[in-house]
Amino acid sequence: MNGALRQVFSNRWFRVLAPAAVGMLFLCGWEGIVRWYEIPPYILPSPVLVGETLWTDGGSLVGSLWITLRVTAVAFASAVILGVLIAVLFSQSRLLETSLFPYAIALQVTPVVSIAPLIIVWTRGDYFLALLICAWIVAFFPVVANTTLGLRSVDRNLAALFRLYGASRWQILRHLQLPTALPFFLAGARISGGLALVGVVVSEFVAETGGAETGLAARILEASYRLEIAREMAALVLLSLSGITIYFVLDGISRLLLSHWHESVLPADD
Amino acid sequence: MQVLEPAPLLSLAGIVKVFRDGTRALDGVSLDVAEGAFVSLLGPSGCGKSTLLRIIAGLAEPSAGTIEGGQGLTGQIGFVFQEPTLMPWATVSENVYLPLRIKGRPRAEVEGRIARTLEGLGLRGFERAYPRQLSGGMRMRVSIARALVTSPRLLLLDEPFAALDEITRFRLNEDLLRLWQEQRWTVIFVTHSVFESVFLASRVVVMTQRPGRISADLPIALPYPREGALRTAPDYMALCRTVSARLGEAMA
Repeated sequence: MNGALRQVFSNRWFRVLAPAAVGMLFLCGWEGIVRWYEIPPYILPSPVLVGETLWTDGGSLVGSLWITLRVTAVAFASAVILGVLIAVLFSQSRLLETSLFPYAIALQVTPVVSIAPLIIVWTRGDYFLALLICAWIVAFFPVVANTTLGLRSVDRNLAALFRLYGASRWQILRHLQLPTALPFFLAGARISGGLALVGVVVSEFVAETGGAETGLAARILEASYRLEIAREMAALVLLSLSGITIYFVLDGISRLLLSHWHESVLPADD
Repeated sequence: MQVLEPAPLLSLAGIVKVFRDGTRALDGVSLDVAEGAFVSLLGPSGCGKSTLLRIIAGLAEPSAGTIEGGQGLTGQIGFVFQEPTLMPWATVSENVYLPLRIKGRPRAEVEGRIARTLEGLGLRGFERAYPRQLSGGMRMRVSIARALVTSPRLLLLDEPFAALDEITRFRLNEDLLRLWQEQRWTVIFVTHSVFESVFLASRVVVMTQRPGRISADLPIALPYPREGALRTAPDYMALCRTVSARLGEAMA
């Protein structure tokens, strides 16, 4: 690749404009096909109609989105806190790690859709709690797995130095293991943020409450029963925008925390 | 008449180290090191020099033999590794503060000491820099500052300058000697460079290849302070020739 072209590709605007152009092309194509073949809106609504629905129904959809996001936030926060605590326990005791890690994996590989009905029964119809537990199960594993790996990845010579100066276990954890694990933890948290949202949505589908207070996934389901495809798609747009926002917020936090020292966020060499 | 010598700071007797895979790394190493001496351990790669250093530091256990460390050297040893081994998330001054932090000294109380140590190694103005912003030579200076900030009685260096370019290495050699003359800790300096060992040390101990044994113990009677001009002086060259010959015998 020649220099001028490479410069165009690494330009900030280019990195925003290129995906935006692809999106516009896609939407125009979609709109064109719907109009040309006169596809009825209960099969495939045009992007313009989805946009209009988003505008008119936005208010009520955002209310439901808020419920979904609240559960997501609580599930993510508890996945982070408990995940780090579990990882620290694992790093302090081989016995604990060896005996418990397989169960963490078992919990991770069992599809949450299949456990959700059980959890709904056990929580006795506490909608919020059921969603919370399901989302937590999906979200905690990346934090535990990555942080455990990070806590074990300390530089051997630095560890020797800590021993030479007679550091306590707590000092080694606080000043050596936790900082070493930070980039690992953040990578795990970024995955777990998206998964928490997925977990909530999936369990909302399963939960199907008849109550008034329902999340966005329940609205999607409801819209699809009524063949209100435009509304369903408007809800989907909100959902994926939320997922993208979660990712970028976590990515920003991660960059901020590692900005001084970690290879992953340093500018490329010229 | 026998001259009474002061008890050595460090006394190794019959140190043997056999690794778990059966490799015999050290085979009966005995060595007395006097307080204030600058001893170079010279030998080919894989002669167990680094292993010996780790045993002296208490980071590894010998399979047999005894170590007597003067009046209990625990907590009075500084160690410099082959790589700078700095914490990448911490600034230069935080890295140097580390040993004191582990010992529970509040930062405010030792601020002056950290500043003096950094000054002595030419690191003034770099207190807030992160390791990645420094060159290899500067990182090694931080590593040495960290080892010296506790005012150790025994400083152990494991081929600290092996990865540096010659100009940087020479400058660090001279700075290390200057600090040694000011502060007079005892030094054990592991290297595989004949020229470096003769330039620095008051005594060069030559080790054989696996299993590691001491094959020659040579005093270097060049007066201190030693400076750059010494590197081309005839008596320095002659000593390098002698040491080189003994190293050749050790490797044969």
